[in-house]
Amino acid sequence: MSYRQARWDEPPLWEVAREPSLEAPPPIPGVPEGFRRRSAVRWPELSEPAIVRHYTRLSQMNFGIDSGPYPLGSCTMKYNPKVSELLARRPGAAQMHPRQPEATAQGSLEIMYRLERILAKVTGLPEVSLQPAAGAHGEYVALLMIRAYHRDRGELDRRTEVLVPDTAHGTNPASAAMAGFTTREIRSVDGCVHLPALKEALSDRTACFMLTNPNTAGLFESEILEIAEAVHAAGAMLYYDGANLNAILGITSPGRMGFDVAHLNLHKTFATPHGGGGPGAGVLAANETLAPYLPVPRVVRSGRRYRLDYDRPKSIGKVKLAYGNFGLDLRAYAFALAHGEDGLRHVARRSVLNSNYMASRLGKLLPRPFRSLVKHEFVLSGAPLKERGVRTIDLAKRLLDEGVHAPTVYFPSLVEESLMIELPETESKRDLDAFGDAIERALADTPENLRRAPRSLSVGRIDEVRAAREPVLSWKDQRAAGRNVERPAPLPEGHESASAQDLRRA
Amino acid sequence: METGKIPPELKYTKSHEWVKIEGSIATVGITDHAQSELTDIVFVDLPSAGKSFDAGASVAVLESVKTVADVYAPASCRVTEANPELKTHPEYVNQDPYGKGWLFRCELTGDLTAVLIGPDDYKRLVESPA
Repeated sequence: MSYRQARWDEPPLWEVAREPSLEAPPPIPGVPEGFRRRSAVRWPELSEPAIVRHYTRLSQMNFGIDSGPYPLGSCTMKYNPKVSELLARRPGAAQMHPRQPEATAQGSLEIMYRLERILAKVTGLPEVSLQPAAGAHGEYVALLMIRAYHRDRGELDRRTEVLVPDTAHGTNPASAAMAGFTTREIRSVDGCVHLPALKEALSDRTACFMLTNPNTAGLFESEILEIAEAVHAAGAMLYYDGANLNAILGITSPGRMGFDVAHLNLHKTFATPHGGGGPGAGVLAANETLAPYLPVPRVVRSGRRYRLDYDRPKSIGKVKLAYGNFGLDLRAYAFALAHGEDGLRHVARRSVLNSNYMASRLGKLLPRPFRSLVKHEFVLSGAPLKERGVRTIDLAKRLLDEGVHAPTVYFPSLVEESLMIELPETESKRDLDAFGDAIERALADTPENLRRAPRSLSVGRIDEVRAAREPVLSWKDQRAAGRNVERPAPLPEGHESASAQDLRRA
Repeated sequence: METGKIPPELKYTKSHEWVKIEGSIATVGITDHAQSELTDIVFVDLPSAGKSFDAGASVAVLESVKTVADVYAPASCRVTEANPELKTHPEYVNQDPYGKGWLFRCELTGDLTAVLIGPDDYKRLVESPA
């Protein structure tokens, strides 16, 4: 273990701040009497360096994509290029107001329009809306569009069922339920949709089949054309979950595979901030059949001018304040332009190469279900660890001590004690080798050490059961409950070294 | 593969429920093997009494720190009682899956015999590779 995370005993700002002055601030000239504050806002009062040091110390106890690899399967955790951040922070982008007259927002509208054209090409689906705020929102909006389509055809009363494979992301059935459908699971064989089971389940009650391709086992659904044909023959729509689009960028597309509508995650495939660094963007692309139902407004070009078009009578309406997360659109546009068509294809090839390189090495250490060649991610089973009294969760926690983020664990659920690993094209061979070494070291450690991990982080093993049963959701609750950060178990003899806190004491 | 405890007097399903039949009333829970695979259960969503289910429908939902799992109706049935303790003590399902961790009782309206397996067959099911 060479990784050491800082360990500060950092109290909330409220506990170190001066008592706020309770005097009302001097009135701002021109603000009418009735709108003036009568008492001060209760903010913690601190000097600038105290605040900067506070947040710097917190960031030192954190781990992000700028700290090291983040092999979360199906999450496509890419480094976010700093140039995109610079562009998004420029005043011309950052200070735009959604209610600004169109004539003064031509640049932003042009960027949205051009990004939509690029994404139409990437997805092979002609019409695009940038509006949905994240992947699950994109799914939900697409299902509302599918509802509207079936309603127009007078079939909504009957078509109440959405089919999802057993490898689907949990958001798929959740979005279907939110949109008022019931869901039915289609089983997989060897990690891919079992076509006979799908055909048996399809009926005039089916509204839609939701699929990710490549799927969460990292496998390309090679029967996709037969799947599309069967779904359409039943009068249902085929939905593409774009979570795993990274594997096929520029090589094939949802449109070519026969999908009717697709969401894609700019925060995955197009390297915009992800997770806590969000927000996300769950762009939707649709074919001619479903395009009339896309949210309004749509960005249109008339001559050399761009405008927002609300005149789409079949549209399901507006689904988000303003027009989507424009800052992300801008970053994604920069990413697409920097790569170009060949570059995007290279992204896919490189991510698939990374995944197969890693899979062939790690497949010697832990069993790998399904066929050997994979796309952008692969699944391992931690089941053999149970003989040593260790589970996948212990291996995942032990990896944190190596300075890498843990992979996705216990998903997909059809593989016992599963680990799902994705190291996208942003990771170099050196990063991959280091990750492989980290897994080897973790597996070679004693069962006791695995179960006690992590020990080199700012916090020890979190009590997930207690966190779920007695959630503490605010600093006030935490203060009421007494501060109870789980400190790591002490390191064994010979491993002792100065933590940040020790240094501070010295 | 750890099989966990498999009491010989109970009947089982392939989806890892145990069933105890007394007249027309069946008591349903999950097996020791199932609770061990789910790991610590933190939330149990049980049906209200009087609700009817078709065979194979999801009757209850168990949420653990690792995953969320459905509990299925072994036959068409009408729920007569759900374990009231589990709302505050979901850990009973882990600690005592065949006793204090029972999930619900139901009146059978459909045929059970086709889906249930005996303890020996259940043991073989758990021992066989997935």
